[in-house]
Amino acid sequence: MDDFAAFQAYLPFILKGIPVTLLVAFLAMCVAIPVAFILALGRMSPSRSLNMPAGFVIELFRGSSSLVQLFWVFYVLPFFGLELPPLAAGVFVLGVNSGSYMSEIIRAGLNAVPAGQREAALALGFSPQYRFFRIILPQALPLMIPPFSNSMITMLKFTSLVSLVTIQDLTFRANMVASSMGDSSSIYILVILVYFGLSLLLALLGRFLEAIVNKRAGRSISLFGSANPSRIPPWALGRSG
Amino acid sequence: MQSRIDPSGSQTLSPATGMGPALLSMRNVSKSYGDRKILDGIDLDVAPGEKVALIGPSGSGKTTILRLAIGLVEPEEGTIRIDGRYLWHEEDGGRLRRASNKHTRQVRRSVGIVFQQFNLFPHMSALENVREPLVHTIGLPRPEAEKRAAGLLAKVGLADHLTKRPAQLSGGQQQRVAIARSMALQPRVMLFDEVTSALDPELVGEVLKVVRDLAHETDMSMLIVTHEISFAIDIADRVLMFDTGKIIEEGPPSQVLKAPQEPRTRQFLRAILER
Amino acid sequence: MNSFGWDWSYAISTLPDLFSGLKLTIIATFFGSILAVLIGLVLCLVRMAQIPVLSGLASFWIQLIRGTPLLIQLYFIFYVLPGWGLSLAAFATGVLALGMYYAAYAAEIFRAGIEEIAPGQWEASLTLGMPIPRVWTGVILPQAIVAVIPVLANMVIAMFKETALLSSITIMELLAQGKSVGSIHFRYVEPLTMVGVLYFIVSYTAARMIRRLEGRHAIQN
Repeated sequence: MDDFAAFQAYLPFILKGIPVTLLVAFLAMCVAIPVAFILALGRMSPSRSLNMPAGFVIELFRGSSSLVQLFWVFYVLPFFGLELPPLAAGVFVLGVNSGSYMSEIIRAGLNAVPAGQREAALALGFSPQYRFFRIILPQALPLMIPPFSNSMITMLKFTSLVSLVTIQDLTFRANMVASSMGDSSSIYILVILVYFGLSLLLALLGRFLEAIVNKRAGRSISLFGSANPSRIPPWALGRSG
Repeated sequence: MQSRIDPSGSQTLSPATGMGPALLSMRNVSKSYGDRKILDGIDLDVAPGEKVALIGPSGSGKTTILRLAIGLVEPEEGTIRIDGRYLWHEEDGGRLRRASNKHTRQVRRSVGIVFQQFNLFPHMSALENVREPLVHTIGLPRPEAEKRAAGLLAKVGLADHLTKRPAQLSGGQQQRVAIARSMALQPRVMLFDEVTSALDPELVGEVLKVVRDLAHETDMSMLIVTHEISFAIDIADRVLMFDTGKIIEEGPPSQVLKAPQEPRTRQFLRAILER
Repeated sequence: MNSFGWDWSYAISTLPDLFSGLKLTIIATFFGSILAVLIGLVLCLVRMAQIPVLSGLASFWIQLIRGTPLLIQLYFIFYVLPGWGLSLAAFATGVLALGMYYAAYAAEIFRAGIEEIAPGQWEASLTLGMPIPRVWTGVILPQAIVAVIPVLANMVIAMFKETALLSSITIMELLAQGKSVGSIHFRYVEPLTMVGVLYFIVSYTAARMIRRLEGRHAIQN
């Protein structure tokens, strides 16, 4: 079989990795978002018994390599009698690891809401729940969305790691097929383009979310094009002006 | 701290007016930020309906008095009572103990504040800004809250701007929404924290007029931090001059603002009038 | 060997192998960082210079690299490039992949640093009659590069942690050493835990140092 025929024959097998990759990314995101909120709120709490453990988890997961964490859960936990199926191990590690990073986004977003908003809400006698969900969060969300959509893309790329613990995602399938072919360039180029296309779709989804949230927050933003214009004068870039 | 509190002090009369039991009463209140003492052993009584103007250089503690009066900050020392109820304490068999958050929130409800920076909620319309406390703090049914909110906004001259977001309003209009919003809970004490300082000069008048009308028409007590001397003369029953965390001079505006006794007060007023 | 719990003597016996892996990890990070910063700066300048075609290509390249997993890029360089006549040793492949991948991030970091320079700096240079290239090299870039050093340093820490991926192309860095020791003794608890601890010690210490330097820098200004 020549390489092109092989490529054609293997194409469906490789493309079946797309839903696997997306499923891992989606499930891990479903873990990451609540974890990120819990860690951020724990970290911001004045109570030591809340912010110490939250800080510990954040530093632990940010402090070492995600692949090491994945292998640890995959190879070491079974020694302690906890054998997770590969998908669960992958989703858990990816989710909590990303959640640790994303907790910083949430913290920064919440801190960026002016103190006067909290004070006004307090002075008007609102309950703590109302203050958080109806006053602070709606104003913090638009600030969180752009870094959040970056996190989604990071997560998508991140999922390629699960191929190293036997999950048959895009990367796993590409590698498997490539090893049986003489010239594997077409396989890898295809997979790179698929990942790139998915990233672009996620970026677009991020812009879409941004537009919705900003509209609800009373600001308008275009779906395409940069929101803040460059501060560099045109003449510095060789244009007349 | 607890042993120094005198529970019988709740019947003090306001020294300036003698208008009856004090509505707002501070005893020996001190507050520091870090090692900087902002307020140092303040005693203050405000009678029902009394309008008190607070003047003094920035950093002298007048804004902190307002923030203490509505419980945005907690004093290190002393007690604060609103209409006889302690803001940060609950009475427990003759002794005072630290109050629950719920208690503080309950007491705070009789006090309203208008901030220098408006602090309107940017994601809500003018109407929603005024309606939300009516719905969520008092629990009014939504249609009735809406009706009352619209009435309050009409009173400050914004009947035509109900659906606008703060960003679509001028500074003066935003501040008037903020005034309507703080009126929503029908507070018995209103606090105004330099409400015209963040405004363009041509917008100051419309806001002062609203505050002035409010002062003349309602029997709320008011504490007004302001640099507008003629405004203070017009509406205040009593003026307090603050310097370095203490009240250094107090009396009717005709005295403190027109014939001040303290050199520091004279110097401060001269500096303000020469601007 | 006790099969439950933690075996200290075994854990300590793994250390020499792990340290040799850590050394390789640090060397890869070091060369990868140099590559990333240099290529990143070039990418950033080419992208900003508004050169027809070339600037667009740089921009596309940055997006492409940032939009695909490092692991796949690693495989591409390792398995595909030799077929195209570019044969590199595994270690060089790893360094190249790290450098190329993080160059795309470094380019964005430099761009943010340049965009952050106050407009007054440009205006002042213009009114002083400086030639445009001199404005870039004498005024803008020195300020921008100094301003982004802490961000670049954090990028290096991220790279340090991601060198673990190099284990998948036979490089015996820290993680690969841990796995190999574990597979020899049929016991992964101690080596893989020690690997995590070593990663943590290095990256946490480095992050702390950066934070402290940043703090001192902020006080001086």
